[in-house]
Amino acid sequence: MKLPDLTELALRNLRESLLRNSLTTVGISVGVASLVAMLSLGIGLQQMASRRLVKSGLFDTIIVSSRREMRGMGREEERNGPIPGESRILDEPARLEIGRLENVSEAYPDIRFATELRFEDRPHLTMISALPLSARTNDAFEGMQGRFFSSESEPGVILQKSFAEELLGRTPPLGQPEPNVAELAKPLLGKELLMRYAQRAAAQSAAEASNSDSNELIGASYSVVSREQKLTIVGVADLDPESMRGPTRAKVFLPLKLAESLHVMLPTDLREIARASDQPVYSSISVRVKNPAQIQAVEDKIKKMGFTTFSIADASKGLRQFFGVLYAFLGIFGSLALIVASIGIVNTLVMAILERRREIGIMKAIGASDADVRKLFFAEAGAMGVLGGMLGVILGWAIGQAINFGTNVYLRRQSLPAEHFWAVPWWLVAFAIGFAFVVSLVSGLYPAGRAAKLDPVQALRYE
Amino acid sequence: MTTVPAVPAIRTIAIRSDNLCRHYRMGENVIRAVDGVSLEVQSGEFLALLGSSGSGKSSMLNLIAGLDRPTSGSVIVQDRDLAKLSREELAKYRLHVVGMVFQSFNLIASMTVIENVELPLRFAEVDRARRQSLAREALERVGLKARMDHRPSELSGGEQQRAALARALINRPQLLLADEPTGNLDSRTGTEIMDMVGSFNRELGMTVVMVTHERTLAERYAGRMIFLADGKLVDDRPNRPGSAGGLR
Repeated sequence: MKLPDLTELALRNLRESLLRNSLTTVGISVGVASLVAMLSLGIGLQQMASRRLVKSGLFDTIIVSSRREMRGMGREEERNGPIPGESRILDEPARLEIGRLENVSEAYPDIRFATELRFEDRPHLTMISALPLSARTNDAFEGMQGRFFSSESEPGVILQKSFAEELLGRTPPLGQPEPNVAELAKPLLGKELLMRYAQRAAAQSAAEASNSDSNELIGASYSVVSREQKLTIVGVADLDPESMRGPTRAKVFLPLKLAESLHVMLPTDLREIARASDQPVYSSISVRVKNPAQIQAVEDKIKKMGFTTFSIADASKGLRQFFGVLYAFLGIFGSLALIVASIGIVNTLVMAILERRREIGIMKAIGASDADVRKLFFAEAGAMGVLGGMLGVILGWAIGQAINFGTNVYLRRQSLPAEHFWAVPWWLVAFAIGFAFVVSLVSGLYPAGRAAKLDPVQALRYE
Repeated sequence: MTTVPAVPAIRTIAIRSDNLCRHYRMGENVIRAVDGVSLEVQSGEFLALLGSSGSGKSSMLNLIAGLDRPTSGSVIVQDRDLAKLSREELAKYRLHVVGMVFQSFNLIASMTVIENVELPLRFAEVDRARRQSLAREALERVGLKARMDHRPSELSGGEQQRAALARALINRPQLLLADEPTGNLDSRTGTEIMDMVGSFNRELGMTVVMVTHERTLAERYAGRMIFLADGKLVDDRPNRPGSAGGLR
């Protein structure tokens, strides 16, 4: 029998016992829906995670430091790298050189220092770091109150929420709910902070410096001057942009150019004092790569230049593996319902054989071959599979939308940004329908074989 | 060169059975439904298989129809040894060589009349347009064209049997096998149906084998009567159709 005829007859037969076949089809669609729901949740979570990770800057950032800087994070370099004293100095020419490397979008110094900030005449000691304008897309600033810096030299400051709490004296006790950022930001935005810091000023003259002591001046010389800088609070960030830095993470952020122009005395300045240079020396610089995929290549190049590098691109491999396992589990749980549904198909078709025994006998008597009968039952199973699959995809999608909606209502109540953690890509739709089709055909194997083998004489005698 | 003898219309053998047996096992007992029947049927003949119920006449018909296989012996129809055909070939044989009508019509209830009639053409993979026209033609021949879109349950018994006849004709088989075709009909519609079967035999040259237990019916239409009892052939006699002068 030709395929269009088979399909037509199969659909006709399905319509004949409409209730039973509809119920079976609904069974399949529930199975498919659960599969789609499970897998799309997994896919959505992965997409959300990778979106978050890319935005967090973790996966496109390499932190470069000199071996002279003993905070280097690469254990391997400690053993195999050059000895610290001979390592290259991470100064301005080195930064520019790294910035010119292929696939590097920017290389900016990590300016990070602890100092005192005065707010309403009360001193607060904290860690401050400088941000380039490109940090604007960092998801830590999503849901921020106020705004990001308008330029890199604006005398503005962004506070991390916990520091805002400290300024207002509203740090909640441990275990208590955190106050809302919007409430914290209201009394702070537009207010002024006074930053007191140590400036590294060039020495008046080398002679003066050498006179002060009998020792010969062999390196740079500078004096340290106490300075004040007025800063306007422009934003309060809800999340922690520097969570990966651990104890050295900053809670107050300045625009990069402004921070550079202040010439704040940095810890490295003391260590590098033996060097005869006025050029700034950086403890570390952050290198942003255009595409996270190129991070390894860029890292290798920087290592060849004699620096220590650190990135957590390797962590993403583990993450992919985790999601692979998650898919497998979600898929297995999702398929369970489909397997139950496939037993429904077997049952429905076996019942149909009993009911249509005589019909099968008639068809054989007027010339249907075993293959015709088998194909007809296969087509019925397949049609139920495809219909159930399509219905199931719609159902699964609807469930996903409902859960997405519900969760976002919850997130909004918690003043968290809405998330789209449910994704039904087209390949999942195709896969789900295809899988339902295959499962239904497999379920149809036994009933179809049984129908095909029916003895026509016996079948015709059956009333 | 030898001269070809001018013998007009040499009759070929349509069916030949040779010591044909069909035994069933029922627990300990063996039922000899057909027990050593040897028989030759010329093509174009109208044969009636007569006998009381359980005489083996329906089993014989099933063997000729290729619905069943002999336990031993052979049945050769149009040069095909049915015992040697595969299941697949047997299905093809039923599709193209044989047309069958039954006592209980055996139409598929979920299909309309025309769909029932064209069903064998679906198995023969005939395309839709040709299927439609052949089915209409066959329905016209049995006078049922007006009711072709009805379901079998909406038809009278006679109409259902006419639909079944149209279905049996659709693949233009050489052999028409009828199993008690008037068994479920009153005598008037029975006569209508039998007249139609008779016309197929005469006008289309179909070989007809009809199973019946009504001797008068056989005497009126058949050219030859075979009597079976306990699976054995007990009598084989020619008949002049119309001799009984109608049903009962």
